Amino acid sequence: MSIAARFHLDWPGFSLNVDLRVPGTGVTALFGPSGSGKTTLLRCVAGLERAPGGFLALGEDIWQDQAHFVPTHRRALGYVFQDAALFPHLSVQGNLEFGLRRIAAGDRRVSLDEAIDLLGIRPLLGRRPDKLSGGERQRVAIARALAVSPRLLLLDEPLAALDLARKREILPYLQQLHETLRIPVLYVTHSPDEVARFADHLVVMEQGRVLASGAVAELMSRLDLPGSQADDAGVVLEATVAGRDAEWHLLRAAVPGGSLWVQDNGLAVGRRLRLRVLARDVSLALTRADDVSFLNLLPGTVTAIAACGHPAARLAQIDVGGTLLLARLTARSVHALDLKPGKPVWAQIKSVAVLE
Amino acid sequence: MSGADLQALRTTLALAALTTLILLLVGTPLAWWLARTRARAALLLEAVVALPLVLPPTVLGFYMLVALGPKGPVGGLLQSLGLPHLAFSFAGLVVASTLYSLPFMVQPLRDAFAAVGRQMTESAATLRAGPWDRFFSVVVPMSRRGFLTAITLCFAHTVGEFGVVLMVGGNIPGETRVLSIAIYDHAEAMNHASAHLLAGSLLVASFLLLLGVYAMNRRHPVVQA
Repeated sequence: MSIAARFHLDWPGFSLNVDLRVPGTGVTALFGPSGSGKTTLLRCVAGLERAPGGFLALGEDIWQDQAHFVPTHRRALGYVFQDAALFPHLSVQGNLEFGLRRIAAGDRRVSLDEAIDLLGIRPLLGRRPDKLSGGERQRVAIARALAVSPRLLLLDEPLAALDLARKREILPYLQQLHETLRIPVLYVTHSPDEVARFADHLVVMEQGRVLASGAVAELMSRLDLPGSQADDAGVVLEATVAGRDAEWHLLRAAVPGGSLWVQDNGLAVGRRLRLRVLARDVSLALTRADDVSFLNLLPGTVTAIAACGHPAARLAQIDVGGTLLLARLTARSVHALDLKPGKPVWAQIKSVAVLE
Repeated sequence: MSGADLQALRTTLALAALTTLILLLVGTPLAWWLARTRARAALLLEAVVALPLVLPPTVLGFYMLVALGPKGPVGGLLQSLGLPHLAFSFAGLVVASTLYSLPFMVQPLRDAFAAVGRQMTESAATLRAGPWDRFFSVVVPMSRRGFLTAITLCFAHTVGEFGVVLMVGGNIPGETRVLSIAIYDHAEAMNHASAHLLAGSLLVASFLLLLGVYAMNRRHPVVQA
């Protein structure tokens, strides 16, 4: 199954031009700066915005084409607004039951208890929304959307309105959602970190257009997308736990073409995990240096070098036996080491973040 | 209280109750439309709705009398259909009061509906609620304060009207003679004891009504955002 969306909107000062097909499984991040049209696209998918002549299909189900426009309340979707949008006149329980009561018993694939426990909101059921913290409100909103057993879950920057502490409070729940439920998710965000954590598929948007659409690991290793210019640019690697160094509390994470030592988070051997390597944490050397503190030294080949913001900076893409890494370098180093596509190098990785 | 005064009280209450009920049915959709529309016509309609606030009641009453009378567009039409015209009748009073109290229903409701915000109805739509369902299960409960205010104001305003009633309805006992006119009659006839009784009861009743409304509003705080 896949999700096909085609929308054209012309508003004063803004236009949306999207023709997109994304997988009908996993989390698809709609990523871009504010004003890039990602929320508008999400609203078009939900039917909250009407784009005449648009097209939207979820597998075989057509929600919009030339002849039909299924109104929002007849679409089997769940929607989480940026600021939760809970009903102030209802308790948390009342909010959760609002949607649940409106779907046929046969369509209830997610039980209310499941949604409540997944988001850890059982202690909040009797409270009013105005007595909840921002993080709690957002968790209730997500549970409320899940309780209608959606066939597609739409999240509009669910973390954007929260401070760092509240974000950390919600992250584990979102991650668990990703693992437990088989509902496809469209996730609007402007945070590369959230993309790296949750997304399987990435749609990069700018000025109402789709710049690129593809697997997260693939797109985040590209040099030509705006995200690669960001300070926290970096690649996402899907790895498998291949071994453990109990003495030094390290895991050996196997990636295509090699393996990386990462902090031991207790995962069993054989389990999958997701790693993030930031471009600024990778440096390059022409020879293998064993007298440095880097744990992870991988042989590879430079595949491309691109400009990176400041004239002094360069971004290099390195192929390490099938795995692509990005490295932030100075233009002077590129010149001094005579780095160019095809040049064999050693990638020295200072730190690897374990995301799940 | 004399029989005639009791009759005036009954006429007044019936008029106020009927007017409020009709306005609730007519004013709610109108206020909803005004709160949500971006049409230019809304501006015109808002001005028309607010007219009774600034117009002297006698002006409104005069035009209503002309319109509802046997030679007016409404009254004439009714007569050509074999129905009575509406001047100097209870039905005519109801029509005139409805127009006269329109802003008192529409304005509080429009403000309450606007405060509910589009996101609440959108949120309800994503939770499978259709348009009517959204209105009655989200907009109405969130606008409870607005409804209470609108109903109270309409009722009280209709009870207190004088100029419009006098112009359109005259002073027919049991038909169009309302409290405010009875008080005027008593005062004119130097019958101060009866005037005091009626005026005082009206004062106390109005005060109790408002007190009740405010108490209810306080007991059920409804977030307006």
